[in-house]
Amino acid sequence: MSTFLGLYNYWIVVLLMMIGFYIVIGHDNLMKKLIGLNLFQTSVFIMYISAGAIDGATAPILGNVDAPYAHPLPHVLILTAIVVGVATTALGLALVVRIHEAYDSLDESEIIAACDTGDEPAAEHRDKA
Amino acid sequence: MIAHFFAQLPALPVILPLLAAPLCVLLRHATLAWLTYCTVSLAVFGISLLLLVQVHVGIPISYAMGGWAPPVGIELRVDTLNAFVLVLVSGIAAVLGPYTRASVAAELPAERAYLFYALMLLTLCGLLGITITGDAFNLFVFLEISSLSSYALIALGTKRRALLAAFQYLVMGTIGGTFLLIGIGLLYIMTGTLNMADLAARLPAVADTRTVEAGLAFIVVGASLKLALFPLHAWLPDGYAYAPSAVSAFLAATATKVAAYVLIRFIFTVFGAVYAFGQLPLGEILALLAVAAMLYGSLAAIFASDVKRLLAWSSVAQIGYIVLGIALATPEGLTAAILHMLNHGVIKGALFCAAGALFWRLHRSDLASLAGAARAMPWTSAAFLAAGLGLIGVPATAGFISKWYLLSALFEAQQGWLAAVVLISSLMAVIYIGRVAELLYLRPAPDNVPAPTEAPTAMLAATWTLVLVNIGLGLHSAPVVDVVRSAAAGLTGGGA
Repeated sequence: MSTFLGLYNYWIVVLLMMIGFYIVIGHDNLMKKLIGLNLFQTSVFIMYISAGAIDGATAPILGNVDAPYAHPLPHVLILTAIVVGVATTALGLALVVRIHEAYDSLDESEIIAACDTGDEPAAEHRDKA
Repeated sequence: MIAHFFAQLPALPVILPLLAAPLCVLLRHATLAWLTYCTVSLAVFGISLLLLVQVHVGIPISYAMGGWAPPVGIELRVDTLNAFVLVLVSGIAAVLGPYTRASVAAELPAERAYLFYALMLLTLCGLLGITITGDAFNLFVFLEISSLSSYALIALGTKRRALLAAFQYLVMGTIGGTFLLIGIGLLYIMTGTLNMADLAARLPAVADTRTVEAGLAFIVVGASLKLALFPLHAWLPDGYAYAPSAVSAFLAATATKVAAYVLIRFIFTVFGAVYAFGQLPLGEILALLAVAAMLYGSLAAIFASDVKRLLAWSSVAQIGYIVLGIALATPEGLTAAILHMLNHGVIKGALFCAAGALFWRLHRSDLASLAGAARAMPWTSAAFLAAGLGLIGVPATAGFISKWYLLSALFEAQQGWLAAVVLISSLMAVIYIGRVAELLYLRPAPDNVPAPTEAPTAMLAATWTLVLVNIGLGLHSAPVVDVVRSAAAGLTGGGA
């Protein structure tokens, strides 16, 4: 039981990951898909940060070298992953804006239906930009 | 001085494109950016060849990035396998140099063409970085560099559908990348190291834990998503069909091959074949998915109505051959898989180049528009046909060599029914390549449109270079097979 509760941060990781994953798969709205993707990535950030934690440890700052301190490397790694996540979100949002300009819709099934029926306006959306 | 330069050689394939990309943006000039791209890709190709020669005759090169010794610092590690992949990726990038200019001028607005070259260089940097690095987390970072820039490249396609294709690729690619990140994180939690060689040394001590098994599963699924292994291939047909022609050719020839390299590297170097194939039924799963990919991809290609989509579906099938070779986990199977990475890269690059040249003239890529095009564009059509024969695996082409090795590996492993599937899939390739050939050569051209003329010489030169490499590999495969054999032997520990 104590192991079960003691690992609560990992349970949060699993829960967040599944919620995010479900949103990505289950929703047709492209914005919601991006939000789900963000949740999915955030859960992994928590996983890495949890791995660096030590019970009763302080922050790894010069000065209190005698006390046990949290492992800084996972935190540094996840800073990189956060940057990647921000870049992905930014690119995803830019694409969503362009898709909305081209289709007047953010609903994936509507957009695919529009692609299947209407003739593809070749490069029309490009002139607007 | 010379020795000093050679010592820094492994860092250059990553650093040159990474520095050249912002240079292209600063130049703000399409021609200058194109020249930068050509110069850098050629230089990187030369460096990759030098590295391959160096490691093939000697021992693997280890380069400590920034002077920090591994396993603490990031290590670039070159052995025969990744030097071989480096040559493939940079070679395709260099050959596509002349091709991109005419293709980009036709498909992209001129005032923003310089950004295209910056993105191509970033993709190249990412792909080469994935290949050369010896650090698992560094691999993830390079993977994201190449993925992010390839999403943007696909979104540049002329049709508005390209935007949705890029978005779908972004979603699936990010999930794949994050799966890899989870897997690498789980391994790091268990071993406290990110260096691949160090991981390989420390993993056996903790190998029997659920965490490491989960790590292996996450990494295999993540790499398979990037590889577009059936049933995780959904992003590939749309992505390749709607991307600009030069991008389709570049990504189809390189991106999935690098993902296959990632899979091989993690399974064989980090986990070790004995663990990966003993602990989990990985071989059976991969073989089953490969069979499904070969049959489903070929079938979808037969029913495709657009030439680029047809080629993209055929890529899904060809990835099946590569994965089947990996799934055998024998030196022969690996030799076939690595050979097919090169051969399929060259063949599919040539096919997409030819399709792009047809699109350049006809402004359409649906199959009906190709009717009778061979009379007006004999060189492009002949290139398509020659590369198509390579895809089918006709003798005297590269495709024959890798399929021959795959079939003999399958018979050696006594998997006769898998060999039958390979042959059936090849026969299906005859049908879909035959459909295009029939349209190009045997149908009359429509009367109402003016007859197209031949594609620009630069595009033809790039396409034919790839076709000739394909035929050259088919006629004289011994040196390449020799390199691949030693790469495969290095992975499986000399033949165990």
